[in-house]
Amino acid sequence: MGTRDDAPPTYEEAARARSIRNAWALSAPALFVLLIAASGPLLIVLVYSFLTPGKYGNVEWAFSLDGWRGILFTKDIFDDTLQLADAHLTIFWRSVKLSLLTTLFTFLVGFPTAWFIATRPPKARAVWLFLITIPFWTNLLIRTFAINEVIRNEGLFNTVMIALGIFETPLRIINTDAAVLMGMTYVYLPLMVLPLFAAIDRFDMKLLEAGYDLYASRWQVLRRIILPIVKPGIVAGSILVFVPSLGAYVTPRVLGGGKNMMIGNFIELQFGQGRNWPLGAALSMTLLIIVMAALLIYVRAASKGGHGHG
Amino acid sequence: MSEIAIEVRNAVKAFGQGGMAVRALDDVSVDIRKGEFFTLLGPSGCGKTTLLRLIAGFESPTSGQILLDGQDITHLPPNKRPVNTVFQSYALFPHLTVLQNVGFALQMLGKPKAEVAETARQMLALVKLDQMADRKTSQLSGGQQQRVALARALAPKPKVLLLDEPLSALDLKLRKEMQVELKRLQHETGITFIFVTHDQEEALTMSDRIGVMSAGKIQQIGAPREIYVRPVNRFVASFIGETNFLPVTVSGGHVTLKSGIRIAAGNTHRHHGDFTVTVRPEHVRIVPRDAEGAIPATIRDQVYFGTDTHYHLVLGDGTEIVARQQSRTATESGLMNGTTVGVQFAEGATRVLEQ
Repeated sequence: MGTRDDAPPTYEEAARARSIRNAWALSAPALFVLLIAASGPLLIVLVYSFLTPGKYGNVEWAFSLDGWRGILFTKDIFDDTLQLADAHLTIFWRSVKLSLLTTLFTFLVGFPTAWFIATRPPKARAVWLFLITIPFWTNLLIRTFAINEVIRNEGLFNTVMIALGIFETPLRIINTDAAVLMGMTYVYLPLMVLPLFAAIDRFDMKLLEAGYDLYASRWQVLRRIILPIVKPGIVAGSILVFVPSLGAYVTPRVLGGGKNMMIGNFIELQFGQGRNWPLGAALSMTLLIIVMAALLIYVRAASKGGHGHG
Repeated sequence: MSEIAIEVRNAVKAFGQGGMAVRALDDVSVDIRKGEFFTLLGPSGCGKTTLLRLIAGFESPTSGQILLDGQDITHLPPNKRPVNTVFQSYALFPHLTVLQNVGFALQMLGKPKAEVAETARQMLALVKLDQMADRKTSQLSGGQQQRVALARALAPKPKVLLLDEPLSALDLKLRKEMQVELKRLQHETGITFIFVTHDQEEALTMSDRIGVMSAGKIQQIGAPREIYVRPVNRFVASFIGETNFLPVTVSGGHVTLKSGIRIAAGNTHRHHGDFTVTVRPEHVRIVPRDAEGAIPATIRDQVYFGTDTHYHLVLGDGTEIVARQQSRTATESGLMNGTTVGVQFAEGATRVLEQ
């Protein structure tokens, strides 16, 4: 190429250069958003997690691992020894437990629902799907307060139960893990139903007859035929429910009260009253890592199922 | 008489409610013998698939009974009947390998793993697919999927194998191959086959007996030759092969065309009045106009099929019939359109149809 360095570019070379330029120009907005709006803040959070907390919030620019250490340990105020932070572990455990249970319950409720919708005639199906998505149009906070209104001590449920003489005193549901679980199951149900519906919709119902014909019982048909084939939908729905459940903020706040915190509330606490931004940042990164791990499992599971049903 | 494998007694299947109900099966009774290749033949919507689904257990009859080896199985669910189905769409399990598909039924029956694998391999060998055992079913061609479906249904050694138009998705060449293959499998396994098709040629070439269905009823049951040669009514005559219909009057054992010409027919004695006679095109002979007993006819049109030529003829009374002749050279035959010729029917080839 040395001899042609000063020669004018050929038509092909110019075209190639132009197409590369065009490609960059066209993807610039997307790259800009990704870099500035997504990666940028993430980077700031990552940097903050390695800094020292300021007196009135914010950070001081001095390197420290205390933020990360604070996730699992607390420093004794007298002798500076590290102790396992039971309260933090409880919050982590509650978050993971409630998220897994939410995933399980949305699946248990969502699977029959999705099956029902997928087996309706096309016109009815559109109506049912529409009904499923309606809650999305209402603000999450309002929906959560609506649940609160139903289950609180003086709420609809307890009032009716007492009026009917079934309970003598109101059943305390509000401000318990059960209330949070109920709320999250309700809020995230559509995220489970929709991917399940998509998977069941592609399912060839003839396979059910084939299964029964080949001596499978109802349970065996479900376990050996339906579930393996709609697995990609189950995995997708589970991820869609599990990920936001883990970071849930509004639902545990409104229905769980101050005591039944989840990671999301705990992070908020560090940036607010706690005035420990590095710890909050480190917790945020931890949450992100857990979510990434979950996604990795998803990709693995989905690719293993690979028989054409994406 | 050989033993009966499947006995259907007065089966009625109605879909829908009250006045809107449609009778897909209208009082059908049929005996299917052990080890025979029985075909249910009819146009779409005639009830043949409904009858098959009743035997499989996917539907239960509105009334009537189904017996297998003399035992009432009318209300047994499909997974309790020793009867397996080859589906029109094959319905292979996409998440399982070929071998796992074939072994599925045995696994569900709780057979030990080693036995499941061995029987499945034997069945694959039987349909000549042993090389494909570990493939996913989506990697197979249509014909291969068909074979897997067959092996899968045969693996648990059912008493009766039901085949719901299994060849309709294959191209002609493959279909011919599979017809031979099916006959071979039936001979080798000795299993009773009930085969559903709308293809009359398929039915004629493969079956021991055929049940011709129309409008939810069985019109005629018999060996292929019997059904072709002695159709009982107009539907059977026209559905199986091509045929001519001639309006006639029967009285005192004599069959007379509208033009007054008397013709011979084998089955006249029980009839009296106006009837229809059927005669196959290959049994219509074109003869010189002055030949003895010839019915005068005019050639209106001729269609060349290679080995055969179809002559469209008009009889004296205006009836149009088709004659099928082996093709001759044009100069040799001298049968030009508009020529008046004579027509004879082969002996015993004309039949008076039940109304």
